[in-house]
Amino acid sequence: MNVSYGLENIWLWFTALLEKLFGWFGLPYIFAYTIEKIIFAAALLAFISISVLFLIWMERKVSAHIQSRLGPMHVGGWHGWAQTIADMVKLLFKEDIIPAKADKWVHRIAPIVVFVPSLMAFLVIPFEKNLIGQDLNVGILLIFAFSSLAVLAIIMGGWASNNKYTLIGGIRSAAQMVSYEIPLVLSVLSVVMMVGSLKLNDIVEAQSRVWFVFSQPLAFMLYIIAGTAEVNRTPFDLPEAESEIVSGYNTEYSGLKYGFFMLSEFTNMLIVSLVAATVFMGGWLGPKWLPLPGIIWLLLKTYLIVFVLMWVRWTFPRLRVDRLMDFGWKILIPLAFINIFITGLFMVIFK
Amino acid sequence: MVNEYLAVFIFLVIALGFTVAGLVTAFLVRNSNPNAEKESTYECGEEPVGGAWIQFNMRYYLFAILFVIFDVEIIFLYPWAVVFKDLGLFAFVEMVLFLGILVLGLAYCWKKGHLRWE
Repeated sequence: MNVSYGLENIWLWFTALLEKLFGWFGLPYIFAYTIEKIIFAAALLAFISISVLFLIWMERKVSAHIQSRLGPMHVGGWHGWAQTIADMVKLLFKEDIIPAKADKWVHRIAPIVVFVPSLMAFLVIPFEKNLIGQDLNVGILLIFAFSSLAVLAIIMGGWASNNKYTLIGGIRSAAQMVSYEIPLVLSVLSVVMMVGSLKLNDIVEAQSRVWFVFSQPLAFMLYIIAGTAEVNRTPFDLPEAESEIVSGYNTEYSGLKYGFFMLSEFTNMLIVSLVAATVFMGGWLGPKWLPLPGIIWLLLKTYLIVFVLMWVRWTFPRLRVDRLMDFGWKILIPLAFINIFITGLFMVIFK
Repeated sequence: MVNEYLAVFIFLVIALGFTVAGLVTAFLVRNSNPNAEKESTYECGEEPVGGAWIQFNMRYYLFAILFVIFDVEIIFLYPWAVVFKDLGLFAFVEMVLFLGILVLGLAYCWKKGHLRWE
C-alpha cells in the first residue's frame, strides 16, 4: 500500500543527515528539529505560492473555456502560463491607497491576518506519511481553528475601509462564513467518529480499504457544499458579489494588500480541496498496482476537487442572501446532525 | 524529545515573516503619490454621503450568537467523537440527549422566526 520510494524518503534521509550532523557538534536535538521545520516551512511556502499562481491561471483558463473563450494567451508564450506571475509583479509595484477616512492600522493589518492563518493550516496536512509539517494529535481541529480566523480579517478589512460596500461585504461574509462553518465541521465529525483520532495520518490510513466518500457520502456532500461557501465561491459568493457591492470587503484595497486577499482566497480553496482529498478520498493512498509516490495521488485528487469547484463556479448563478441563510441553517445543519446520529447508531449496532 | 507544538510556533513565525516581508518589499519598491481625490472613499464616482460606521441589521448579531452556541457545542463534540469507538452505547445515549437539547433550541429559533432573513 505504502510505496517504498517517493518524496518522503528524500525528506527522511535529509532529516536523518541533519540530526547526525547536529549530533556530531554535540548540539541538542531541538536545534536540528527547528532547522528541519524551518526548511519544511520554506519548502511549503514555495509549494503554496506556485500552486496558488497555477490555480489562478487555471481558474481563468477553465472559466474561459467554459465560456467558449481562450483566456490569457500571450504572456510567457505557451497559453499565457506566466500571466499570474506578471499580475503579481504588477500588484507588487502598484501604489497602495489607504482611504483618508479609513482606520489605517486595522486596514494595514487585515491582509496579514487573512494570509497567515491560511498558511498555518498546511502544517498538519500529510502530503505523504512522513512528509508532513508536524503530525499533531489535534490535526483536523487545528485546520478548522486556523481557517475560521479568515472571517476576522474579512470583517476587519470591511469595517476599517469605512466604505458602505466593504462594510456590507464584510458583514455578509461574516454571517455566511460562520453559518457554513457549522456544517463544515460537523460533516468531518462523523468521519472522526469512525476513525477515533484527529490525526490526519490516522484518518488516511483508516481509508486503506474503502474511502470515506463511499461510506460517508452525505458527509462528503455537506463538506463540499459548506467548503464552497467557506471560501466565498459562487454560488455562495455574496461577500464579493461584483454586480451588487463592487468587490465586497476588498474594494478599498490595492497593490500587494489586495494581492494577499486574493492569494488567501485561492490558498483557502487549496486547503478545502486538500482536506477533502485527505479526509474523504484517501489522501496519499493510491491503488496497489500503480506504485506512484503518495504526493502525486494526493495532488491528483486535490486538483480534481479544485476543478469541480471551478466548474460549479462557472455553471451556477449566485444565491439570494435569504435563501443562502435558509439553506445553511434549515437544510445543511439538520442534515449534518442526522448524519452524526445515523453514524453513531450504526456504530453502536454493528460494533 | 521536543514538544511537537514548537512546530506550530515555528510555522507561525515563518508565515508572519513571509507576509510581512512581502508587504515591506512592496512598500520599498512601489511609488506613492497620494492626493485627496485618490484617498476619498470609493462609491462608484458619487460623492459619499456620511460614513460607513453606522448601525447595521440586527440579524447579523442573532446569527453570530447562534454560531457561538453551535461552535461551543462542536468543541464538546470533538473529544466525544474521538473516544466514541471505545465508549459505545452509553456515550451515544448521552450525546443524543445533549444534541437533542440543542436541536430543540434550534427548532425553537426556527419556530420563533430567528432563522428567517428579512
